Amino acid sequence: MPYLPMPLPLPYEESKGFWAGCKRHELLIERCMDCHVYRHPPIPVCPECQSWNKEWVKVSGNGKVEGFTIVTRALFPGLPVPYNVVRVELEEQKGLLIIGNVIDCSPEEISVGMPVKVTFEDITPDRTLYYFKKAE
Amino acid sequence: MDSIKDKTAIVGVGWTRYGSIKKPLPESQYTLACQAIMAAIEDAGLAPKDVDGVMRFNFDSNDPVRLAHSLGINLKFFGKSMYGGGGGCACVAQAAAAVYAGMADYVVAFRAISESQEVALGHFASQFAQLGGIPGSMGWIMPFGLMSPAQGAAITASTHFSRYGTTSQHMGNIAVAQRKHANQNPNAFFYDHPMTMEDYMNSPMIAEPLRLFDCCQESDGACAVIVTSEERARDLKQPPVYIMAAAQGGLWYPNSMNLLDKIADLEKDESWHLAQALYEMAGIGPRDVEVAEIYDHFTIHVLCTLESFGFCKKGEGGPFTEGGRLEWPDGELPLNPSGGNLSEAYIHGMNHVVDGVRQLRGTAPAQVKDADIVLCTSGNAVPTSGVILRR
Amino acid sequence: MATIKDRYAIAGIGHTEYSRNSGRSELHLALEAIMGAIKDAGLDFKNIDGIVGDHPSRVDVMTIGNALGLQKFGFFIETEFAGGGVPSGLLHAIAGIEAGWATHVVCYKSLNGSSKNSVPAFEFVVQPHELGFTRPFGLLDPVAYAALAARRHMHQYGTTSRQFGAIALACRKHANRNPNAIMHGEPMTIDDHQQSSLIADPLRQLDCYVEADGAAACVVTSAERARDLKQEPVYIMAASQACGPSLSCGTMDPTVTENETRLLARNLFSMAGLTPTDIDVLQVYDDFTPLVLMALEDLGFCEKGEGGGFVEGGNLEWPDGELPLNTGGGNLSEGCIEGFNHIIEAVKQLRGVSTAQVRDAEVVLVCGATGVPTIGLILRR
Repeated sequence: MPYLPMPLPLPYEESKGFWAGCKRHELLIERCMDCHVYRHPPIPVCPECQSWNKEWVKVSGNGKVEGFTIVTRALFPGLPVPYNVVRVELEEQKGLLIIGNVIDCSPEEISVGMPVKVTFEDITPDRTLYYFKKAE
Repeated sequence: MDSIKDKTAIVGVGWTRYGSIKKPLPESQYTLACQAIMAAIEDAGLAPKDVDGVMRFNFDSNDPVRLAHSLGINLKFFGKSMYGGGGGCACVAQAAAAVYAGMADYVVAFRAISESQEVALGHFASQFAQLGGIPGSMGWIMPFGLMSPAQGAAITASTHFSRYGTTSQHMGNIAVAQRKHANQNPNAFFYDHPMTMEDYMNSPMIAEPLRLFDCCQESDGACAVIVTSEERARDLKQPPVYIMAAAQGGLWYPNSMNLLDKIADLEKDESWHLAQALYEMAGIGPRDVEVAEIYDHFTIHVLCTLESFGFCKKGEGGPFTEGGRLEWPDGELPLNPSGGNLSEAYIHGMNHVVDGVRQLRGTAPAQVKDADIVLCTSGNAVPTSGVILRR
Repeated sequence: MATIKDRYAIAGIGHTEYSRNSGRSELHLALEAIMGAIKDAGLDFKNIDGIVGDHPSRVDVMTIGNALGLQKFGFFIETEFAGGGVPSGLLHAIAGIEAGWATHVVCYKSLNGSSKNSVPAFEFVVQPHELGFTRPFGLLDPVAYAALAARRHMHQYGTTSRQFGAIALACRKHANRNPNAIMHGEPMTIDDHQQSSLIADPLRQLDCYVEADGAAACVVTSAERARDLKQEPVYIMAASQACGPSLSCGTMDPTVTENETRLLARNLFSMAGLTPTDIDVLQVYDDFTPLVLMALEDLGFCEKGEGGGFVEGGNLEWPDGELPLNTGGGNLSEGCIEGFNHIIEAVKQLRGVSTAQVRDAEVVLVCGATGVPTIGLILRR
């Protein structure tokens, strides 16, 4: 079940690997094979060293909420408010940020610095989304 | 290096009355553009055929063909800005560049808007339905319900609050100051609608911690300016308002997903880079700025922009808003004296440039005494732009 | 204001192969072309401080800046109007450098126009309402607009389909010398042209451009800086845009004499201090042959109405024609990179490395698409 009744993302060339990972319940982040810096979202060339050599790395899925909001005004018809949007910094690299929702939290429980862990929801037989849950 | 400093001037400004979702204007975006542009042409003492260049705001559907047609003119230079609210001053800047490079003599920079948010969102929904999903980089944020700049600004606010102890009252100080200013401006949409801090705190949450009055409101209206060389400016009807500096500020954010979630609480954000470029070109510092026309899509971004422009240290933007410091007529740094996007009208910052020009001509509704130097910025948290104007 | 004439140059070019299916994303192609252009100029990526892209943005300038590791850049803009706009990137780059905002500006175009392997374009605004005047009548595609104009020209001046074909033949001949051209290895005769299927009468298949996957880029900088770099500079003598009141709903009346191509020509030649006789090689946007013919008239290479006679007899063909046209094959036979391919070919001519090298080529004129707000450049070595 999706957290929100929103359309699914359309995979594109650079993102196909990421969404294939989600289908396997793996959070994959692209990493440069030469300088080993992670980047997200994926991009053909390493922003640090401009190498074309890249790989998908399965990351732990652990991170902290770096910023968040509780949306109280629905912009799309049918969006159930309030809902949260979080920006999570993954533990593998400072500044490695990803947007998501924490799906097992009430609005009052969410705070900057809160530890979270990735989780996956199979939305259709072909498509899986990642989300986050509270962690200890 | 040679630069555009002081080589061009704004010689005409025009604006329409403003409408909103509750009281929309009947005119089309095309009509509003023509009204504002014709008013600017008249203000400059020019004729339409003198105009040979156009810079428009990126979302504006009034393309050069429409303008050439309705004004009966031949254009030698035309372009459009980028990145939404980051582009208002870029229209002026790139108009100035075209003049300076000899590509055109009189370039109009303008923004006309009359599309309500409902139309825009319905447009999103139908495109997603047609495409079968969310395309491109929007797919990293929209499935999670992050779909508007207000929500992105709210995330920024959460980190600013957490890191620096900024509060809602701090953001409210900005909203209240600008509402006060709008009540001096009969053309402002919120003229005759005073607002206290209590009114602000009671306004509904949009995306925590952003409230309704932290956000600019959809508007109808248009603003236009005419830019020419400083030599030609000397012979025209109005006292020239010189463009002392103009710049864009672009920055690659590490690991950013999409324009909507830019981290505006980085110390060296786009506005910081913009500030360096503007101050260096103008040869001034924050202390020399007498009027701050700071793009106010959201109060939190005004606060971050004030920090980035060195009016206070990073993280001290909250306390900087206290004590009436930003309020006309007695504040140290009058902020958006026409009311800005928050309270005058949301003309994507072109209204800020118009008020900046009026301040320097001495004709503004909330006139700052002896204003000599005005800073105008475009949106923080997007690739942005700005100008410093002087008389 | 000092004129920009000869004070700016193209210091580097880069492009991918042009094909029916690149097998890569538009972002990937753009990065190849851009990195190629920067290296061709002998620069480091970090020397780049300005970027000009194209609207609607299939490949966003911030993403390019991100990939190149740029920490800031002081100038960015997008062109628009496709073929009428892509070359205007150079004009905007010049303005940005002149204003003091950047020193080395990359301009690029990338598209998977043939394979359509593209992130779907998403517009933030509703389309202009003027389309309501043309779409209900079946005027859905540029080819129909071009066909209307072509028929008028034939009626008014006696221009023939075979004369349009002469343009197609010249471009195909040039493509057959250019291994990177999509139509390389496929000769065309006038009979082939006349027998090709009608798309929108009088336009035939072989009057129309070939869609392509590919990307092209260049680096613009000041003439002084260009002189210190790796390649011989290609100087920009003149650059101007043009948009006038005769364009309306995209329809063109080819009998109108004061149209934007005329305006463009006047601006360009006066800025460069040249006349049409000074042009050695032409790169004219060639989505449809009749529009090329009309552009030749309006640019002043022949009188209004005499384009048909002008293009006959191999006048546009390398090596012996008076005015070699689209020497890489153009959109008609090299592949449509929306005018950036014309810039690349112009530079190759002036560097002496074209596959159909015009002897002693000194001055090249590049003209953007007609029927839309447009752009022109005069380049020299």
